[in-house]
Amino acid sequence: MSLKHEIEFTLNGVKRKLAVDVTMNALDMLREVVGLTGTKYGCGEGECGACTIQVDGVSLNSCLMFAVDCAGRNVTTVEGLTDQPRGEALRESFVEHGAVQCGFCTPGMMMQADHLLAKHEHPDAACVKRGLEGNLCRCTGYKKIVDAVVACGGRDSVTPAQAGVQK
Amino acid sequence: MTVAEKKHRIIEPDSLIGKRIPKMDAPDKASGRTRYIHDIDLPGQLHGKILRSARIHALIKSIDTSAAKALPGVHVVITAADIPDQRPIGVAKDHFPLKVGRVRSERDEIAAVAAESEEIAEAALKLIKVEYEDLPVIGNPEDSIKPDAVLIHPEPHGADGTHLHLKQGTSIAHRGKADNVAMRFDYAHGDVVQGEAESDAVVEDTFKLHYVTHCCMGVSGMIAEFDAAGNVQMYSNTQVPFLHKREFAEYLNIDPARIRIIQPPIGGGFGSKLDIYPFEVICLYLARAAKRPVKMLFTREEEFLASPTRQPVLLTLRSGCKKDGTLTFRTVHTLHDNGAYTSWGATTPFVMMQTFSSLYRVPHCDYHTAAVYTNNPYAGSFRGYGNLQATFAIEQHMDMLAAKIGMDPLEFRMKNAQDAGEVTGQGMSFKSCGFKECITTAASRSDFARKFAENQANQKKPGNIKRGIGMASMLHVGGGAKIYPSDGCGTILKMDDFANVTLITGASEIGQGSETVLSQLVCEELGLPISAITVVNNDTAITPWDVGVHASRTTFIAGNSAIGAAKKAKGKILAVAAKKFDCTEADLDLRGGFVIRAASGEALVELSKLLRNLHFQEKAELVMTTFYYEPPSVHQDKGFKGDVSAAYAWGNQVVEIEVDTDTGFIRLLKVTGAHDVGRVLNRLGIEGQIEGGVVMGQGYAFTEDLMIEDGKMKNPNFRDYKLVTAPEIPEMDIAFIESMDGEGPQGAKGVGEAPSICMAAAAANAIANATGTRMFELPFTPEKVYRALHGQTPKRYWKPWKAE
Repeated sequence: MSLKHEIEFTLNGVKRKLAVDVTMNALDMLREVVGLTGTKYGCGEGECGACTIQVDGVSLNSCLMFAVDCAGRNVTTVEGLTDQPRGEALRESFVEHGAVQCGFCTPGMMMQADHLLAKHEHPDAACVKRGLEGNLCRCTGYKKIVDAVVACGGRDSVTPAQAGVQK
Repeated sequence: MTVAEKKHRIIEPDSLIGKRIPKMDAPDKASGRTRYIHDIDLPGQLHGKILRSARIHALIKSIDTSAAKALPGVHVVITAADIPDQRPIGVAKDHFPLKVGRVRSERDEIAAVAAESEEIAEAALKLIKVEYEDLPVIGNPEDSIKPDAVLIHPEPHGADGTHLHLKQGTSIAHRGKADNVAMRFDYAHGDVVQGEAESDAVVEDTFKLHYVTHCCMGVSGMIAEFDAAGNVQMYSNTQVPFLHKREFAEYLNIDPARIRIIQPPIGGGFGSKLDIYPFEVICLYLARAAKRPVKMLFTREEEFLASPTRQPVLLTLRSGCKKDGTLTFRTVHTLHDNGAYTSWGATTPFVMMQTFSSLYRVPHCDYHTAAVYTNNPYAGSFRGYGNLQATFAIEQHMDMLAAKIGMDPLEFRMKNAQDAGEVTGQGMSFKSCGFKECITTAASRSDFARKFAENQANQKKPGNIKRGIGMASMLHVGGGAKIYPSDGCGTILKMDDFANVTLITGASEIGQGSETVLSQLVCEELGLPISAITVVNNDTAITPWDVGVHASRTTFIAGNSAIGAAKKAKGKILAVAAKKFDCTEADLDLRGGFVIRAASGEALVELSKLLRNLHFQEKAELVMTTFYYEPPSVHQDKGFKGDVSAAYAWGNQVVEIEVDTDTGFIRLLKVTGAHDVGRVLNRLGIEGQIEGGVVMGQGYAFTEDLMIEDGKMKNPNFRDYKLVTAPEIPEMDIAFIESMDGEGPQGAKGVGEAPSICMAAAAANAIANATGTRMFELPFTPEKVYRALHGQTPKRYWKPWKAE
């Protein structure tokens, strides 16, 4: 119905060219235009973090970003995250530590945690809690999520097997 | 491995029980691969949207949908007038999905649209014109019972002449109600007059419990489609698919056999998906009219406005004890704000009265609830089901009575705590009971006695930072609850030629980890690793009947059912093996994927090989079994007496806080919990349940407050409705008391609801310990705490009132 605009950007390491509504947010573009549904709608107003993605390595709420603003950027979603060594390690840590229950907040948590680990290699629990403050979880009480991220940061380096996953 | 090595291989005993087993669905969920209902689209699918009331309480004078119908891309627009066969929904059948003639709350559904896109559907809603005539609003249950109160469901319904096409019927939705009392519950054992006469100390207070809501991270949604033969397929978030199959059939006036419910993974439940809501029925109406699949998803704002809440309660409790600390009586009156319609919230007295009558030994108990209609949101079931509210009152009175007779609160609780073997006045029979161990464990691990005395001594000392410690106990059903004709669960188990198991269970997975724990129980019986199992649990056309995920019942009931099926499979396998190895079945066992000699652990044959031999022989056979487990509990009688659960869960939590008396701000420092869980099955899973429940209880106690003023919700968003965030969680020290329940699967009892029950009560006791001030109203926000500490909170007294 509304005006379309063509954009080019990199999504999870792959160059994309898309026509998107100028009023559309990045979350709807990812879910409805691209068809990657790992990024979740939780509130649509930047309060819950379920839609967290990384744009040029910075985590943000995709519901608050216009799709057209992805032009020329490097966008990573949870689907791309777990292809990378740190993302793979995070996923294993989340699974192993019981950080996943209903799982709806999990992709956003992982994106935020990955961003945190990029900035703080070995965060302590207090640092992780602050880092995840903007991501709501209703099931776990956060403790196991914090444990998972701290443990992941505690790893000295990724294993060769994990490194092999890297493209 | 050579054949000879294989032959003499000894398989050491191993067990999956009590281990930390990662959830089977976690890898997909942590990769963004899991397809929730939001992620599913069907070919040809339309999008449904609902027009809700612009008024709180009003007559609908007219609805004009002509402009909406004319909008390109709109397929169907419906109002009540378009659905002449609408049937009332809800626990009291007082609720039409599309409102007829009258709206009674802000969430009320007036019209619905199915269109090519969500945007078009939303644009169409804006074109619908509704004329209203306002009615007086009842925003408070105390006003609802006044003699001159406006009736929320006047009789005969629709006497105003606006009830077009309304069919005859006897439900409240059809006939109305002559007063505003939706439901009442009256229970008694003993004689409270005698109890009071025997008392040396008596306390009476009014407690006020507020609105909170589930806030599932995944918003509500549904996809409905009809096939050419009129069969219905629904993708639904329900926690109770088999009950809903029957109910949806009633609302569509079709045979239940024509309804198939598929349950994609859900983004949180907590009780919210236990009832049928108008949007689900409306989605079906749209799909029927459009002859296309219709998907309906809420926005977050809609999720707040149109989801159920926890039951708000006004409660006056009178309790007594003797000088020696023996409890004598309890008299309880509660006023439940039912909202405009009746859902499960109104029935929370089922659980509340258990806590009043049976958490401690009380010889005399008198309990009354009236759930009354208002124009507020209506309350549904929410983890704990009334028990948070009941425990908030009881456990404060435990401390207050103890103080009154000069007894230590810990000793006072121990003196009255239940033991195994007791049968309570309400007829609950405690077979396994680790209650006293819960109390002593939580107390010793938190150093309760020393800190309690120290904090009390510090109350009057200078300084604005005060520490407090408080405890609360809880009793909850832990072996199902016999509310429906059956409290059972069915299992179908099949083994393939490679010794892989497919477990087909009626039990729904709602994120709590049931598929993993059920797999553990089956693999434990069959001596297989978790990787050998596939669980099917999401399709009513395939899975056997189960009453649903509620009452903390799934591990207990579905677990026993799964074990039953696995034992039958094992029996069949061992019978075949015994013949082959010329011994008795008792000489053999299954372990590590082999048939072994039970005494030595010697591996005799790979299980997969044995199964293939069984299959590919002249008298070919497969191992496939079924089992239906019905717990040995009973229905309560008309006086609410009876042993309603096969087992009971116990717990005690100690809360430590720091109060800033200058600001009213409270920091929750630590929660020490001890829970009688029967036995730990999956340590990772049970820790997650407890931690999540504690933090949900923290939100109820301190931060969450769904503000409703005269029926209008003030904060339908996460900015103003404050969920607990990661930095605010307390240190948690959780101990598991393993009382090994005789009926429980491997000794386990249900625990899903237990951890959120004690928090608010223990927090209130901690505030009193820190400051000497008692708070009777939730939540403990800085403003409320500040006012209470500075004498600005008038003491509320609600005069006990009993519906005639």
